Amino acid sequence: MARKLLLEHINVPDIHTFDVYRQKGGYRAVEKALKTLTPDEVVEEVKKSGLRGRGGAGFPTGMKWSFLAKPEGVARYLVCNADESEPGTFKDRYLMTHIPHALIEGMIVSSFALGAHTSYIYVRGEMMPQIRILERAIAEAKNAGFLGKNILGTGYDLELYVQPGGGAYICGEETALLESLEGKRGNPRIKPPFPAIAGLYGCPTVVNNVESIAATVPIINDGGDEYAKIGIGRSTGTKLISASGNLVRPGVYEIELGLPVEEFIYSDEWCGGIANGKRLKATVAGGSSVPVLPANLSLKLANGDPRLMSYESLSEGGFATGTMMGSGGFIAFDEDQCIVRNTWNFSRFYHHESCGQCSPCREGTGWMEKVLHRLEFGHGKMSDIDLLVDVSKKIEGNTICPLGDAAAWPVASAIRHFRDEFEWHVNEPVKSLD
Amino acid sequence: MLSPDEIRKINHEIALVPVRKAACIEALKIVQQHRGWISDDSLRAIAAYLEMSAEELDSVATFYNLIFRKPVGRNIILMCDSISCYVMGYREVYEKLQVLLNIRFGETTPDARFTLLPNACLGSCDHAPVLMINEDTYRGLTIEKLEEILQEYK
Ligand SMILES: NC(=O)C1=CN([C@@H]2O[C@H](COP(=O)(O)OP(=O)(O)OC[C@H]3O[C@@H](n4cnc5c(N)ncnc54)[C@H](O)[C@@H]3O)[C@@H](O)[C@H]2O)C=CC1
Ligand SMILES: Cc1cc2nc3c(=O)[nH]c(=O)nc-3n(C[C@H](O)[C@H](O)[C@H](O)COP(=O)(O)O)c2cc1C
Ligand code: SF4
Ligand code: FES
Repeated sequence: MARKLLLEHINVPDIHTFDVYRQKGGYRAVEKALKTLTPDEVVEEVKKSGLRGRGGAGFPTGMKWSFLAKPEGVARYLVCNADESEPGTFKDRYLMTHIPHALIEGMIVSSFALGAHTSYIYVRGEMMPQIRILERAIAEAKNAGFLGKNILGTGYDLELYVQPGGGAYICGEETALLESLEGKRGNPRIKPPFPAIAGLYGCPTVVNNVESIAATVPIINDGGDEYAKIGIGRSTGTKLISASGNLVRPGVYEIELGLPVEEFIYSDEWCGGIANGKRLKATVAGGSSVPVLPANLSLKLANGDPRLMSYESLSEGGFATGTMMGSGGFIAFDEDQCIVRNTWNFSRFYHHESCGQCSPCREGTGWMEKVLHRLEFGHGKMSDIDLLVDVSKKIEGNTICPLGDAAAWPVASAIRHFRDEFEWHVNEPVKSLD
Repeated sequence: MLSPDEIRKINHEIALVPVRKAACIEALKIVQQHRGWISDDSLRAIAAYLEMSAEELDSVATFYNLIFRKPVGRNIILMCDSISCYVMGYREVYEKLQVLLNIRFGETTPDARFTLLPNACLGSCDHAPVLMINEDTYRGLTIEKLEEILQEYK
């Protein structure tokens, strides 16, 4: 059995309550950090662990923490990014629903490390039940002396707030999230400066994903070196994967990084294969923002070696034959799935969610959606296929935030790997509704 | 005009932020909770109370999907139209919904019982297709289940 660090106690009844969580060893990391370590020592453990941001970009968490500016007399903030809305991604929601104290505990440890005394969890507005669960968990932790003034008598103060979002995918982008926390439209800011230098209300701020923050708990409990022993190469530790689409057993799985993709899809310990005895056609390995790969490249690298679930292996081959780890939203398409139709679905999403600040993204996503729609619904021309490639190239790299890239990549990769299917739609137009 | 109850709740939010208008998203939600949606009058009242222009507040209000600037029904159906639901039978369920309610996305039933809206991934992709009614999530939808679920909402 694979090691579980985050979901070890997921099946324990009432693990969402403070008492049961505590009985299972919860809040030991807070005790250890606040009573026996300095903030810098906590940062050091996280650095040693090799933990990389679980929100999608994979930036080393310890390094980000050490970049946090510390001007005298200026507040510093920790903001947890719980805006999870990437299609195919549902691990943060799962963790918050079932083990909310894992996030609260991680928030206390991380806030302590960063010298933050006010921290926020920005939760997607659609997740009202999870917001209530977190608020209840915070009240329990406060009652037990783990939040508020003078935590455990150590002199460290921390207030933790849950902030519901307003329903906009772009607010998951960290600077848009900060704008939204400040009560504004969620328009991404130009980086740099990174939030670590100028974040919430201009103060130094660390933004981290739910899973990244929860992972600091086992890192402090067992030590960064122990954590770094799990995984492969620079992909250390365990990772929550949201698996959906045409799988026998979709769900949230905690894997050790380095698990072969083939094993993840077909083994009974994991997804149990493709549903209804069908064959795998393609995968989207890291949430809707990453390139789609055909079955053969999903399972194997271009040189025939097995592809692994790790940051490096998933991106091996670059955009020609690889994809990305992203948020870990693993979507499987079976042989009956229409690539053109699904690509249109992606495009419609990005067009709707573009904040409209940069014209390549605002106009380009609209164009791609329109052209894909006419290809799928029987009015496409052969030249539309290259038009799509052209538009995607004009968006890529020319926008303020990566939403533009995220919109371009699925389209470009679908055409790269499934061009014949696009051509087929032009030659044999099928008129259908939507 | 804001009601005393609305003002009390908005004041609570203002106390949590360093600048008054930073509470505006919360203020919009509070007023929406009381009135169902944000009319122009509500918008102006909130803006005046937070000492910002109505235009500025409107640009915030229209940005967020969960703030309604048009009247909506008593129950809001958010139907996920993102990829995993799309792959797992969204179309059938949406078609049945259209028939049962006799409305399409963006519309409200004449008796104001339901408003039907498309929504980005609702985070239950492993039990697709998915929709939310108000704060309740319904997963693994089938057209058979649909009728039963709608009965629950008056
Ligand atoms: N989980 C989800 O629902 C979604 C996740 N994503 C993922 O988000 C990713 C893009 O995220 P971004 O934040 O734009 O990536 P990024 O690479 O700009 O930043 C990643 C993190 O590292 C920090 N960072 C990077 N360089 C830094 C420096 N020199 N100094 C201080 N801090 C630094 C950033 O502040 C940020 O917190 C995509 O790869 C995508 O997979 C996208 C959509 C939704
Ligand atoms: C359009 C867009 C949406 C994003 N949505 C999320 C999200 O929902 N959750 C998240 O943690 N990161 C999201 N990110 C990434 C964040 O900008 C940021 O990299 C992340 O929160 C940093 O945390 P980490 O280092 O712990 O991963 C998004 C990025 C983009 C460009
Ligand atoms: S890339 Fe798109 S979403 Fe990002 S800032 Fe530009 S317009 Fe907005
Ligand atoms: S795609 Fe529908 S819930 Fe995620």
